[in-house]
Amino acid sequence: MGKENLQDAIVQFAPLDKLLGLGRANSLWPMTFGLACCAIEMMATGASRFDLARFGAEVFRPSPRQCDVMIVAGTISKKMAPAVQTLYDQMPEPKWVIAMGNCAISGGPFVFEGQYGIIEGADKLFPVDVYIPGCPPRPEALIEGILELEEKITGSRRWPRVEAG
Amino acid sequence: MNLHSEPIRLLAFLVGIIAFAALNAAYLVWLERKVAGHVQRRIGPKEVGPFGLLQPLVDGIKLMTKQVLIPDNIDPILFRLAPPLLLIPAVMSFVTIPFSETLVARDINLGLLMIFAFASINVLGILLGGWGSNNKYAVIAAARGVSQNVAYEIPMLITVITMVMITHTLNLNEIVRQQGGGIFNWYIFRWSANPLMLISFLIFFTCSLAETNRAPFDLGEAESELVAGYHTEYSGMGFGIFFMGEYANIVIGCSLATILFLGGWQCPFGLWPGVHWFLIKLYILIFTVILIRWTFPRTTIYGLLNLSWKVLIPFALFNLILTGAMIKIWPMIFP
Repeated sequence: MGKENLQDAIVQFAPLDKLLGLGRANSLWPMTFGLACCAIEMMATGASRFDLARFGAEVFRPSPRQCDVMIVAGTISKKMAPAVQTLYDQMPEPKWVIAMGNCAISGGPFVFEGQYGIIEGADKLFPVDVYIPGCPPRPEALIEGILELEEKITGSRRWPRVEAG
Repeated sequence: MNLHSEPIRLLAFLVGIIAFAALNAAYLVWLERKVAGHVQRRIGPKEVGPFGLLQPLVDGIKLMTKQVLIPDNIDPILFRLAPPLLLIPAVMSFVTIPFSETLVARDINLGLLMIFAFASINVLGILLGGWGSNNKYAVIAAARGVSQNVAYEIPMLITVITMVMITHTLNLNEIVRQQGGGIFNWYIFRWSANPLMLISFLIFFTCSLAETNRAPFDLGEAESELVAGYHTEYSGMGFGIFFMGEYANIVIGCSLATILFLGGWQCPFGLWPGVHWFLIKLYILIFTVILIRWTFPRTTIYGLLNLSWKVLIPFALFNLILTGAMIKIWPMIFP
């Protein structure tokens, strides 16, 4: 859950852990960073129609030192991979990763016999917490992904799940 | 036990000032995010507590429990020294601010001078933060921040000298007391002292905006060029303290503008002076500062320095000379 490098506390208090979880889940600051067309949908999520700010997640910090969640929005080419890896390593713990779009999940439409330029999924580089399918996913899907991540951190869901249909 | 004894009074003010600065920092961030939302036709934080009011609390918990990452090749002393060096002078400046006639921690006769002395230390915090980080973006941002602060301190101080020439005192409470008895006794409307008082106020307000490194003058943290400015390498609460310092500086700048020009705790129509008037004027000014940040684009560094050296300093100097002339010549014409 994004805490691989942290030592376990010797003494643990369940209510305190719950409070910390609530604090972290409701102030997920993403990194200002996009790789391809999914980033356009990410920008739309922050803008007025969808308004990521409602959940306190609109503070896109430009420096990886101040981010909590990295939204890998787009195709990771082999040339870009070292930079993305460095950004992930520079983030302080606890940190989470959202793989947004088919390219970040598995390489998407760029996977074929003999392809040489694409990393086939962000999870080849570092652990990923939430996958958002779509090409590109709609802004609602990104918001759902962030709610999913909040559920993963706190253990309880904010809104009832909406069934497709 | 005597509740009015000096140590108890001091302790109460210490706690009160720190609480005031911290609460302001927390809830001005909330206000800023709400205003940003409504300016951009969004709603802003609304899910965490009613109207998103618990958002600052939640952000605080997150920042405090975030790993404090200290990179390897930094200057270990300067890196740790910079955030307190930015926050402490800002909090110290609250000591002489008269919230009302009696609500002053220390009513000393050099209050105005003391605030500007502390305001100069806070430049050092920016410089050390950038230099200690050993990061090229942070160093460039710190150099910009310092040049900007030095450039804007000059017109600000010249305007303050103009004010001191008119008021004959550096005691902030005394300055407010001179502005009693209605809105036309406020120094912003005191045409008889200097017909260009409104311009003095605008110069002072612009300079206090630039001193706090706020947009449209936030060249120290221009995201498109310099990652995150002089606090690029700070994580967790190190970054949080930088932000608290910035908001405390906004409050100090706006309080000074209120005290010098808008009559501090005096009422606009001469009735019931008190702390509520000070707070109303203070928060109207702070709201203006936030609105300016979200409605104006960032200037260039050349535009910024040109504004200071070519426009504000000549106007401030002219104002100074005019005020001196008014003080000497006015009594001769109308004895």
